[in-house]
Amino acid sequence: MIQTIAFYLFAAMVIASGAFTILARNPVHSVLWLILAFFNAAGLMVIAGAEFIAMLLIIVYVGAIAVLFLFVVMMLDIDFAELRAGFMKNFPLGILIALVLLAELVLGVGAYRAGALHLGTPDGSAAPLLGRSNIESIGALLYGRYLFLFESAGIILLVAMIGAIVLTHRGARAVRGQQNISKQIARKPSEATVNTRPEVGQGVEL
Amino acid sequence: MDFVASLGLILPELILSLTGLVLLLVAAWAGDKASSAISVAGCVALGACFFLVARTVCAGASGPDTVAFFGQFRADAFAGFAKLMIYAASGAALVVAPAFFGRTGQMKAEYPVLILFATVGMSLMVSAGDLLTLYIGLEMNSLSAYVLAAFLRNDSRSSEAGLKYFVLGALASGILLFGMSLTYGFTGTTSFEGIRAAVGDGLNGGTLFGLVFVFAGLAFKISAVPFHMWTPDVYEGAPTPVTAFFASAPKVAAVALATRVAIEAFGSQADAWRQVVIFAALASIVVGALGAIGQSNIKRLLAYSSINNVGFILIGLACATPKGVSALLVYLAIYVAMTVGSFVAVLMMRAEDGTPIEGIADLAGLSRTRPALAWCLAMLMFSLAGIPPLFGFWGKFVVFQAAVQANLVALAAIGIAASVIGAFYYIKIVKIMFFDEPADTIRGKSDWAHWALLAISAIVVSPLGYLLTAWLGKLADGAAAALFLLA
Repeated sequence: MIQTIAFYLFAAMVIASGAFTILARNPVHSVLWLILAFFNAAGLMVIAGAEFIAMLLIIVYVGAIAVLFLFVVMMLDIDFAELRAGFMKNFPLGILIALVLLAELVLGVGAYRAGALHLGTPDGSAAPLLGRSNIESIGALLYGRYLFLFESAGIILLVAMIGAIVLTHRGARAVRGQQNISKQIARKPSEATVNTRPEVGQGVEL
Repeated sequence: MDFVASLGLILPELILSLTGLVLLLVAAWAGDKASSAISVAGCVALGACFFLVARTVCAGASGPDTVAFFGQFRADAFAGFAKLMIYAASGAALVVAPAFFGRTGQMKAEYPVLILFATVGMSLMVSAGDLLTLYIGLEMNSLSAYVLAAFLRNDSRSSEAGLKYFVLGALASGILLFGMSLTYGFTGTTSFEGIRAAVGDGLNGGTLFGLVFVFAGLAFKISAVPFHMWTPDVYEGAPTPVTAFFASAPKVAAVALATRVAIEAFGSQADAWRQVVIFAALASIVVGALGAIGQSNIKRLLAYSSINNVGFILIGLACATPKGVSALLVYLAIYVAMTVGSFVAVLMMRAEDGTPIEGIADLAGLSRTRPALAWCLAMLMFSLAGIPPLFGFWGKFVVFQAAVQANLVALAAIGIAASVIGAFYYIKIVKIMFFDEPADTIRGKSDWAHWALLAISAIVVSPLGYLLTAWLGKLADGAAAALFLLA
C-alpha cells in the first residue's frame, strides 16, 4: 500500500516538475525544476529496488550535471524577446516534430497494448549476486575482480586533473596589474617628473 | 591466480605509477626548479623497470603464469618486448627535454610526471588481455599525450596541435568504444580469451562490425592511412621532444595492442581482418611516401615518414603468422632507434641564439658547417630509406621475408616498389646536406645528452647493428611465440 502511494507521489512529481521544466519562463527556474525531477526519479528507482541508480542520479546528475547547467544558464545572457521572435519562423518545423512525437506516442501505446516485448528467456548462466543488494554486488566486483582497472581509472582522472592545471594555471609571478602599495608610497616627485627640452619636431622619449 | 602473484606481475607498472605519484608531490612542493631532478628520478625508475621486464623477455615468459587479475593483464614476453622499446623511448623523451624547454624557461616539473603516466598507460595497452584494460590503457596514454602536445601553451602552434589531437583523438576513442561495445554485445564477454572462444566458428554481422570499428579506432592511434590526417599537423605543432615521444613510444604501444587484438581475440578469423590490414598497410606506404615529397618542414617530413613506416609494420601483422609478428617486432625496434635518432638530430638544429630551426632548406651544406651532425643524419636517412649496409634494411628485409613466406607475394612486391618512392625524399635530404651551398643558419651548440643519444642511435643503425640481429631475432621469436601460444 505504502509503495503504491509513494510510487504515485514520486511519479506525479516527476511529471509535474518535468512539465514545469519546459514551461518555466526563467531558465534558472527550469534547471531547478529539472533537479526536482531528478530527485523524484531517484525516489522511483529506490522503489524499484535499484538503489545504485538512485544514488547515481543524485550524485552524478544533481551533484554535477545539473549544477553545471545552472552555472552555464546563469552565465549566459539570454534575450527572450529575440527567442520569441523566431517562433513564427520555426512554427512549421515545430509542428512537424510534434507530429513525429505524436506518432511515436500512438505507436508506443499501441505496442504496449499488444503485449510485452519478448527479450528472450534467461538461461541461468549469469554470475550469482555477490551481496544482498545491488550496491554490494557492484562494490564487490569493482573492489574485487576489477580492482586493477578501477584503480587505473583513478590514475586517468588524476592525469586529467594534472593536465587541466598544467595548461591553465599561471604562477604568482605572472599575475598582471598587481598593486605594490609600499612602492607607490615611497615614490618621490623627483623620480616621477623629469624636465626635458626636446628639439623642435623631435618629440620626447619616455 | 591469487592477488599477491598478480601484484608481482604488474610490478613495473606499480613502480612507474608510484614514482609518478611521488614525483608529482615533489613537483607540487619544489616547483619547476626541481624539474631536472624529477626527470633524472623518472629515468631511474624507467631504467629499473627496463631491467625488470628484460628478465621476463629473456626468459621468454608465456602461459598461464603470466596472466594477472583474471586475464585482464598479461605480462608475457610479447608485452615485455614492447615494454622494453616503450621504456627506452620514454627515457629518451625525458633526457632530451630539459635542454629544449630550459632555454626559454618553459620546463615544467609536470613534464616528466606526464611522460611517466603516459608510459604506465602504454604498459597497460601492450599487456591488455581484456577490452577494458585496452581502453583504460589507451585513455591514460592519450590524455597525457593531449596535454604534452599543448605543453608550450604560449605557442599558438603547440596549442593548436593539442586541440586538434584532443578532438580527433576523442572521436577515435568514440569509434573504438562503439566497436568494443558491439563486440561485447555480440560475444557476451570483454576478455580476449572469451571473444576468441565466441568467434571460433565464424563471425556474425555484429561482431564483424565491431571488429572493423575497433580496427578503425586503433588505426587512428597508429596513424595508419586513412586515419592519418592529424599526424603531420600534430607532429609539427607539438614541441620537438614531445614529437619524438609521439613518433616512438605510443606508436609501439598501439601497434603491439593492435597485434594482440588481431591475433589473440580474432586470431581464428584472420581472413576477416587481413583485408583491412593489407589495405591500411599499402595505403600508408604510398600516402606516406608521396605526402613527404612536397614538405619543407622537417618535422612534417618525419611525420609522413612515420606513416610510411607504419605501413611496413602492418605488413608484418597482415601475415598473421608467428614469423610475421616476430618481423613486426624487429622492425619496431629498429624503427624506434631510427626515429628517436632523427628527432634528436632535429632538436640539434638550432640557430646561434638557440632558437630551434625546422626548415629543410636550413640543412643546406650542413656537411661543411657541422660535419658530425650531417653524417649522423645522413646515416639515419639512408637507414630509414632501407639502403642495404645500414640496419634499417634488415627491418624491411625480415618483414618482406615473412610476407613472402605467408603467401602474400603481391603485397610484398607492391611494398618493395613503393619503398623506392620513399627513398626519394630521404635521399633528397642527404643531397641538400652534402651538395647544396651552405645556408649556415645552424650554428647553435648542442647539449651533451643530445650528442649521446644521437651517437647511440647512429651506432645502432650503422652496419654494426647487424651484430644484434641474431639476438634481436631470438627475443622477437620468443615474444611472438608467447602471443601465439595463447591464440
